[in-house]
Amino acid sequence: MIELQGVWRTYPVGEGVVHALRDVSLSITPGEHVALIGPSGSGKSTLLHILGCLDRPSQGRYCFEGRDVVALPEAERSLLRRTRIGFVFQFFHLLPRLTAQGNVELPMLFSGVPRKERKARAAQALASVGLLPRAAHRPDQLSGGERQRVAIARAVVMNPAVVLADEPTGNLDRASAQEVMGVLEAMNRQGLTLVVVTHDPLLAARARRVVHLADGRPSDAPGGEA
Amino acid sequence: MAFLDLLGFAVGALRGHRLRTALSVAGVAIGITAVLALTALGEGARRYIVDEFATLGSNLVIILPGKVETTGGVPFGGVTHDLTLEDHAALARLGRLRRAAPIAVATETLRFRDLGRSAPILGTTADYQEIRRLRLAVGTFLPSGDPERSGTEIVLGTKVAQELFRGENPLGQVVRVGPDRFRVVGVLAPRGLSMLGFDLDEAAFIPVRTAMRLFNRTSLFRIVAEVRIFAEMDQAKAEVLALLKDRHRAEDATVYTQDAMLASFSAILRVLTLSLAGIASVSLVVAGVGIMNVMLVSVTERRAEIGLLKALGAPAPRILLAFLAEAVILAALGGAAGLAAGAAGVGLLALAYPGFPVAIPLWSVGAAMALSFLVGVGFGVWPARRATQLDPIAALARR
Ligand SMILES: Nc1ncnc2c1ncn2[C@@H]1O[C@H](COP(=O)(O)OP(=O)(O)O)[C@@H](O)[C@H]1O
Ligand SMILES: [Mg+2]
Repeated sequence: MIELQGVWRTYPVGEGVVHALRDVSLSITPGEHVALIGPSGSGKSTLLHILGCLDRPSQGRYCFEGRDVVALPEAERSLLRRTRIGFVFQFFHLLPRLTAQGNVELPMLFSGVPRKERKARAAQALASVGLLPRAAHRPDQLSGGERQRVAIARAVVMNPAVVLADEPTGNLDRASAQEVMGVLEAMNRQGLTLVVVTHDPLLAARARRVVHLADGRPSDAPGGEA
Repeated sequence: MAFLDLLGFAVGALRGHRLRTALSVAGVAIGITAVLALTALGEGARRYIVDEFATLGSNLVIILPGKVETTGGVPFGGVTHDLTLEDHAALARLGRLRRAAPIAVATETLRFRDLGRSAPILGTTADYQEIRRLRLAVGTFLPSGDPERSGTEIVLGTKVAQELFRGENPLGQVVRVGPDRFRVVGVLAPRGLSMLGFDLDEAAFIPVRTAMRLFNRTSLFRIVAEVRIFAEMDQAKAEVLALLKDRHRAEDATVYTQDAMLASFSAILRVLTLSLAGIASVSLVVAGVGIMNVMLVSVTERRAEIGLLKALGAPAPRILLAFLAEAVILAALGGAAGLAAGAAGVGLLALAYPGFPVAIPLWSVGAAMALSFLVGVGFGVWPARRATQLDPIAALARR
């Protein structure tokens, strides 16, 4: 479902260049749960952005669901993001003026989903993260863990094929982190493909597959060991 | 449907930033208020000057017997009916005419003791004084009352009085015209040549009925009248013509007005109003730059939000539309507030200075609304385009 071949991502910095990713080849099949770990600055976020069609490789091929998406026009890529890819961020990125319900409705609002259907689907997504009772609360009335669960509901409300999470528990205490990972893993068990960036080895260990990044280069390791 | 949703989103964003919203609404409102206030002042000045001009006699309507073709020349074809005192009475009852005065005229010799002087003598009524705005040096004008009354009063032009009485007080003296004897009741203040071509200083005035008998006439020379409202000059003219046509069963009268000069004057003043509108538009553009600033700040402040929308896959045109909707709502609110404030301000001004006819011209209301809309869209587009061009990764990165 995800096929990276010889992907480089370089940033021009001053006179020279920075290689955020070096020759990354990676293949992820539907339903997988992949943990991306590595030290800070090793290129985890860069890789996730490329997987999520937010960024383009400087070099190399990227096929998403069998389609080469590197050369797709921006409108097509945003259609992919809207319908096939869900994002979860470290800092939640909920709109403070909207309720939990409103935040979850946001992707549907900009997709032109009718109001009634929006309400129903948002409620369903909130229920799947156990936050239906908090639907009318604004982000500042929710705990960190609850906010991230709202963000997860928002990421899955369009029924994407894959959810990409960039350090989703980086800002949470251990209990909330367990809760959030529990929600994501439950969705993974129902067939959702999951790619999670983390630097917590304990959380990474729960994944069936762990990809280590070091200085922009990946090295696959089997999951299940700490 | 989708558009309403975007509108709702925009309203939510505006409500989320009340101070910023209020400031930009105030900016547009001030611009619109300025447009309305300045054009209202300009229009007020125009009306004031026109009205002042009108009091100098431009409300005057002159009715002559006989039809003059627009090409000029002598009236011909059909019978020409004379104007009579009955015509005058009928005209005086027209609602659009404030007053009307009949005129019969002939040149006769005025005698006082052994002195004689030839002068045009106007037979008319008390209304003539008002219509021509005559002022008296001493005494009174002809007494008001039924035009059919044959009085023996006479009012003298200032030169006639000087030459006939040579420093003596003319009031109460008896002047003879042919076999008739008249008692002097007033002398006009010096006036000079009138617009009608008469030198009123050289004339004398007696009651119209007496004059017609004296001159041995059954018809009037002309009728002069004053319209009640200057702006209704044309309607008044049409009514006069219609009435006379009805009475005479023929179109055999001519109505003159003196508004040609006024028209060009009014045109000059309209240019003045327009230039005031130009000044006002500048203030609106300034307000527009204000909106643009607010929208730019809004885009900058909401980088994360826009980045998020893009990351969630919101299509760029919809993001553009959402920000445009915000700008248009701002402009519409500002426009409405400005209209209200402008109307209230002009209303207050009208209360404070009842003599100054301020009025918001309709075209300026239209222009102000169109401008506020253009300002909203025009100055909203650039920031909105910037919003859609933001790089979502950079926008989402924590600063
Ligand atoms: N916009 C950018 N310009 C220049 N260098 C960048 C940019 N984004 C990331 N980098 C560099 O790319 C490398 C990888 O960054 P990132 O993917 O954010 O790492 P991680 O998420 O693993 O901490 C870092 O060395 C970082 O400095
Ligand atoms: Mg990172």
